Amino acid sequence: MQLTGAQIILECLKEQGVDTIFGFPGGTILPVYDALYQCAEIDHFLTCHEQHAAHAADGYARATGKPGIVFATSGPGSTNLVTGIATAYMDSVPIVAITANVVKANLGKDSFQEVDITGITTPITKHNMIVKEIDDLADAIREAFFIATSGRPGPVLIDVPKDITTMVGEYRRRPLMAPDRCNDFWPSELEEAAKIANSAERPFIIAGGGIIAAGAEKELQTLADTLGAPVATTLMGIGGYPESSEKYTGMIGMHGSKTSAQCVLNSDVIIAVGMRFADRVISNRNKFAPQARIIHIDVDPAEINKNIPAGAEIVGNAKDVLVQWQPRLEKKDRSAWLEQVRAWKKEFPIDRPAKNARYPKKVLETLQRYAPADTIFTTEVGQHQMWAAQFLEINEPRKLLTSGGLGTMGFGLGAAIGAAVGTGKPVVNIAGDGSFMMNLQELRTAVKYNLPVTVLIMDNHVLGMVRQWQTLFYDKRYSETTLDAEPDYVQLAAAFGARGYHVKDESELEETMKKAFSEGSGPAIIACDIHEDESVLPMIPGGAGFDEIIIDLEEDKQEAGT
Amino acid sequence: MIRRYVLSILVKNTSGVLSKVSGLFSRRGYNIRSLSVGETMDPAVSRITIELVGDEYILEQIKKQLNKLVDVIKVKALRSQSSVYKELVLVKVRVDHRGRAGIIELCDIFRTRIVDTGRHSVIIEMAGSPEKNAALLRLLEEYDILEISRTGITAMERGESTIYDD
Repeated sequence: MQLTGAQIILECLKEQGVDTIFGFPGGTILPVYDALYQCAEIDHFLTCHEQHAAHAADGYARATGKPGIVFATSGPGSTNLVTGIATAYMDSVPIVAITANVVKANLGKDSFQEVDITGITTPITKHNMIVKEIDDLADAIREAFFIATSGRPGPVLIDVPKDITTMVGEYRRRPLMAPDRCNDFWPSELEEAAKIANSAERPFIIAGGGIIAAGAEKELQTLADTLGAPVATTLMGIGGYPESSEKYTGMIGMHGSKTSAQCVLNSDVIIAVGMRFADRVISNRNKFAPQARIIHIDVDPAEINKNIPAGAEIVGNAKDVLVQWQPRLEKKDRSAWLEQVRAWKKEFPIDRPAKNARYPKKVLETLQRYAPADTIFTTEVGQHQMWAAQFLEINEPRKLLTSGGLGTMGFGLGAAIGAAVGTGKPVVNIAGDGSFMMNLQELRTAVKYNLPVTVLIMDNHVLGMVRQWQTLFYDKRYSETTLDAEPDYVQLAAAFGARGYHVKDESELEETMKKAFSEGSGPAIIACDIHEDESVLPMIPGGAGFDEIIIDLEEDKQEAGT
Repeated sequence: MIRRYVLSILVKNTSGVLSKVSGLFSRRGYNIRSLSVGETMDPAVSRITIELVGDEYILEQIKKQLNKLVDVIKVKALRSQSSVYKELVLVKVRVDHRGRAGIIELCDIFRTRIVDTGRHSVIIEMAGSPEKNAALLRLLEEYDILEISRTGITAMERGESTIYDD
């Protein structure tokens, strides 16, 4: 069948089952948008800025497990994608970005809106390519999907010069290529790792985003039950293990729970599944887990021995590995160890310091009580993000979407839009007032498509996380972290055609939350005033060991691990 | 232990593949001492030889990260005992008829060739192991070296084994 390049792009997307695209048109991508105009099977969602189209594609992918698609035009359109692509890259999210470029004859001549986007995105994509022949176009798109979804997922960018999109070429529909699960382990490796796990007295499981990417939540529960092992999740792993479980020790890392820290310090075997020992998780690699042998299970072989040396390694898809590993594991009673973990949980609850973050916790608990049960939460980056990770009870995967690796302020609203589009479920973006100023224009997108997106602004009039560091490490020199002249969020919401609510203090919290979620399901803002000196605790200062965890700032007391 | 390693890499001959490979080294902070590249018997496949300095850990990481690049087909670390390393160096030396005999003699000893002779200069072509080239370069320092151009090493395993083996 003879089709234009633009039509071939859309046909290939249909081959992949794509029915949703986020993007923003422009000069060079016009032919593609023209073809889209005549394509009934694909819905396009127009954002206000390409960055948030990329975040929306990312949020769509995180919420649904399917790759997210974003379109942008050449030059600034494509450079605006960069932060979104880097965010997806750091968190291993499958997105396919399709950009147009200037016509081939103008490439390399500093033409209007020309930029070398494949050069720019090389370090932040799993793969990218510029398609210079019409005959290569279809396979390039197919390969992009295959790469984005195989093994450790990630973003792929395809750049198509405008003349390729208008040129006519032969298109033939092809069957889907199933993603490669990239299992690369031997029975002997499973055996070896099982020996270590079976001999453990105090095993501890750390689960990361790889559990969610592989859909291995059930297998993880079976693993924990078989070994009688407590489970922590990384920020990316939240939802991969039910937080309501008594074996759950909380998040691990810089702002993880003290119970998780105690487990790191005291366990004799750590089973790390689908996680990469990021610096925010391990803090100081030389002080991490002094007593433990480490079994590292991950789909990306480059993560094994990168940050922490592994005593045993299994390279593969978390689900496939756990299914095949399970028969080799012995069910063992480790009730004394679990009893110890229960005692720590009781002694060191996440909100132990009665004063610290008491109100933010209450805000989030109240939010969760009144938000519909199937709500998906997204976050921006900062204190509110850590509070959300600590205080929301997330019992299912794909319910908390957050920028972990890159820490992108401005991620949340676009991600919320993508998640709402992809699932049809209500989404609450938990934001700080600092982050919200980086993406508030996307309220228009939420209103335009009448999406069930609520933005909870935890408004402390400061860049709270940076301020917390200034308090702790810079002698309270609050350099450029005070935000004044902030808008009236209720009026702002009204101006966009959304509902707006303001919670001035605790006395209004309950009633206003209730009202916000009962008055409608369309876009809304709930602004909650928060005191500027609320802190995120516990905290392991950068480079410190897990025994140097700070759990109580008021008394400035550093508790040694016991 | 910090030492020299030589990697042979087969890559798909796509636009941008060289910058993807070299960019990986710079952004992860690995040191390239030399890099050379050329087509193989299959014009769709190029072979890159990279000489790098690092330890065992860095070598493992580089191999793994290289293998993650879609355009990379094969990565093999060559062992110095069982591999041939060669480098082409062109050296232009200022010399007139009085000094020329000495240069020719030196070139004979090292079995290198003079590939261009001008009234006041010669170009010497050395194609040898990096150690041998370095030895000759040291001796040539007594002359007035005008410029040097070197390819970086290219390498191959001795015997029947090839980069195509597993």
